[in-house]
Amino acid sequence: MDVLTLSRIQFGATAAFHYLYPPLSIGLGLMLVIMEGAWLKTGNTLYHQMARFWTRVFALTFAIGVATGIVMEFEFGTNWAAYSRYVGDVFGSALAAEGIFAFFLESGFLAVLLFGWDKVSHKMHFFSTCMVCLGAHFSAVWIIVANSWMQTPAGYHIVTRDGVARAEITNFWQLVFNPSSMERLFHTVCGAWQTGAFLVVSVSAWYLLKRRNMEFARASLKVGLSVALVASLLQAVSGHVSAQGVAKNQPAKLAAFEGLYQTTSNAPLTLLGWVDEKSEKVFGLQAPEMLSFLAHNDFHATVTGLDEFKPEDRPPVQASFQFFHGMVGIGFTLIAIAALGFLYFRNGTLHERRWLLWILVFSVVGPEIANQLGWFAAEVGRQPWLVYGVLRTPQGLSAILKANVVLTSLILFTFIYFLLFAVFIYLLNDKIQHGPDDADLKPAGKLALPEKK
Amino acid sequence: MHFDLNTVWFVLVGVLFAGYAMLDGFDLGIGALHLFTSKDEERRVMINAIGPVWDGNEVWLVTGGGALFAAFPNVYATVFSGFYLALFLLLAALIFRAVAIEFRSKRPEHWWRQTWDIGFAVGSILSSLLIGVALGNIAWGIPIDEHGEFAGTFLGLLKPYPLLVGVTTVALFMMHGAIYGVMKTEGALHDKLRGWAMNSIIFFVICATMLTMATLLYVPHMAARVRDNPWLFSVALANMLAIANIPREFHHGNDGKAFLSSCAAIITLMALFALNIFPNLVYSLPNPENSLNIHNAASSPKTLGIMLVIACIGLPVVLAYTVSIYWIFRGKVKLDRMSY
Repeated sequence: MDVLTLSRIQFGATAAFHYLYPPLSIGLGLMLVIMEGAWLKTGNTLYHQMARFWTRVFALTFAIGVATGIVMEFEFGTNWAAYSRYVGDVFGSALAAEGIFAFFLESGFLAVLLFGWDKVSHKMHFFSTCMVCLGAHFSAVWIIVANSWMQTPAGYHIVTRDGVARAEITNFWQLVFNPSSMERLFHTVCGAWQTGAFLVVSVSAWYLLKRRNMEFARASLKVGLSVALVASLLQAVSGHVSAQGVAKNQPAKLAAFEGLYQTTSNAPLTLLGWVDEKSEKVFGLQAPEMLSFLAHNDFHATVTGLDEFKPEDRPPVQASFQFFHGMVGIGFTLIAIAALGFLYFRNGTLHERRWLLWILVFSVVGPEIANQLGWFAAEVGRQPWLVYGVLRTPQGLSAILKANVVLTSLILFTFIYFLLFAVFIYLLNDKIQHGPDDADLKPAGKLALPEKK
Repeated sequence: MHFDLNTVWFVLVGVLFAGYAMLDGFDLGIGALHLFTSKDEERRVMINAIGPVWDGNEVWLVTGGGALFAAFPNVYATVFSGFYLALFLLLAALIFRAVAIEFRSKRPEHWWRQTWDIGFAVGSILSSLLIGVALGNIAWGIPIDEHGEFAGTFLGLLKPYPLLVGVTTVALFMMHGAIYGVMKTEGALHDKLRGWAMNSIIFFVICATMLTMATLLYVPHMAARVRDNPWLFSVALANMLAIANIPREFHHGNDGKAFLSSCAAIITLMALFALNIFPNLVYSLPNPENSLNIHNAASSPKTLGIMLVIACIGLPVVLAYTVSIYWIFRGKVKLDRMSY
């Protein structure tokens, strides 16, 4: 394989592995704020027990997220040096801002969240939990701003000095609020909330099935299912908004998502299907005129097809199509699961429906896979561009790299990441089997809340 | 020397990396030292001494990297692609350091803890060594072609001088870590760490002396600014006085001041390094005209200005809560059920 392919595999694989963890940190961060807030508000120590248990899980996901995140920052320079030179003036500032505004906040207050339970006051601890959650969200903000700039570049101009061209900032706020950044941020964050909420749901459903920690599981399910349902519904809205943005800003990408080769009015929506790239046809279940309506709020609107783009400017259609449809399919399934779970929980019969509990146990896999597919769709759909319409992917590659060197690092990191993943699953299982700590039901010393009358 | 935005960013990137060396330096030092005790409880105390802070300390490196990317993209691109394998080794080492801290305490079995302890130690020592080797290469000079691309090889980075800088960095961080440990522990471990601190100081002084001689003999451009401005010799003097002050503070029982002295030693070393490479960021050997400096490697003045605003808003806030968190976790380490 050549350097380009190997570098793309390496970046894709390390990013995909890394992205198993940040959604958990962001989503669990929100869950921790809700749980600890509920404890302080109601004085119910069950919430304290929940916050303590999920903090331990949070610590585990956070550690791996941080460790694998640094790799991403360094890889722009190692494998994509030409890209770094070309866009560093614009893209680099978003990454630096992420460090200053998000990572310091997150990691600083994490110390208090993990180790400060009886070192600081309740309010200070709750404040720290909020700051960790906020930091995790800030880091999503800046990394989505950076990535969205690659999708819909704005606020820059190309300057040529001594025969070398590069992008330079003209307007920082146009860079931050580029055409796709806010809708993609909303979409990403909803996905992260779903991930955190469904993890809580999964583990709690498992306890119910095994008739262990029943009190704890029911209280956790209440919080988990509520957030899961709200986030899943919001996700449908944000997905729709994002897709309309793609239709407007990156028509080639939308055409690839939908396998639409010919520009057509009254375009049908393929719900499930297969793209034959040779004959440029899509086979599958179609809903007439729905694509026109979803993309442009008008059943008769014209949707741009791939025929408007030269073959060398088109993204891989089959891959984009399947990633996108997989994500959407999972998204709707999650709404159904969350709604069913919530309904039966409300009428108190959830614990009798073991089939649903089993579905809930595995539900966390849903958002994790949807997050992955969503990113695959977003990044594959941007091809052949590295920066949409500005820089092609092969142009971004480091000039001096050799294939065997990239292969070495790829093998090394594949090995390390498999090891990390195995240990992570082992330890996560260990924590789940161990369950919540009963000592946390009677917070003593500095942690004891005054009795509520 | 006039102060433009490029100079300001040279200083700011320097501050971030010096902050990293000063803070994560003691974490890496603790990692390098903790295998010297075989008692699980003592290892736990040492790990918990850095437990609440190592993660935040590593952010200085991440932010330093981000700032380098934003302010001097050409340096970021040339150095990171040029030092490719070394950087991936550093990343692997930092990963093992990070997850070992998190993983070791999760199971009680001896083999489990021993495995992650070795991962923690190897990760810490290798990180220190590679960071030093990278700095040593920047000091010595690396081959750069007329397009600003690295023109050397991985093995070419392993020259004696950069390796000496690497070993010196390991010694420096061990000294720093031991002194931090002295400050954070009590009882038998405290006395042990004090012994290790004294040995590390001797180790470091030997390395530093050899490094100084090697620099004067073989890397004359790294002494040029001090040679031209003799008053800068005070920085070198301050460095030696800071080191000499450590045993003195130990003798008086001021462990905290000993640690501050060690911090001062690291900052003065970084200052000497920065003073002598300025205005270059990467010195090109054998073609000095291809060197990457604060002007030909920089982002546009507009970006540097925007970034300065971001830094002016962000850094004071970061400093404020970094100090608060060190304050919350001040004092000797006590193991409890939240500990690693």
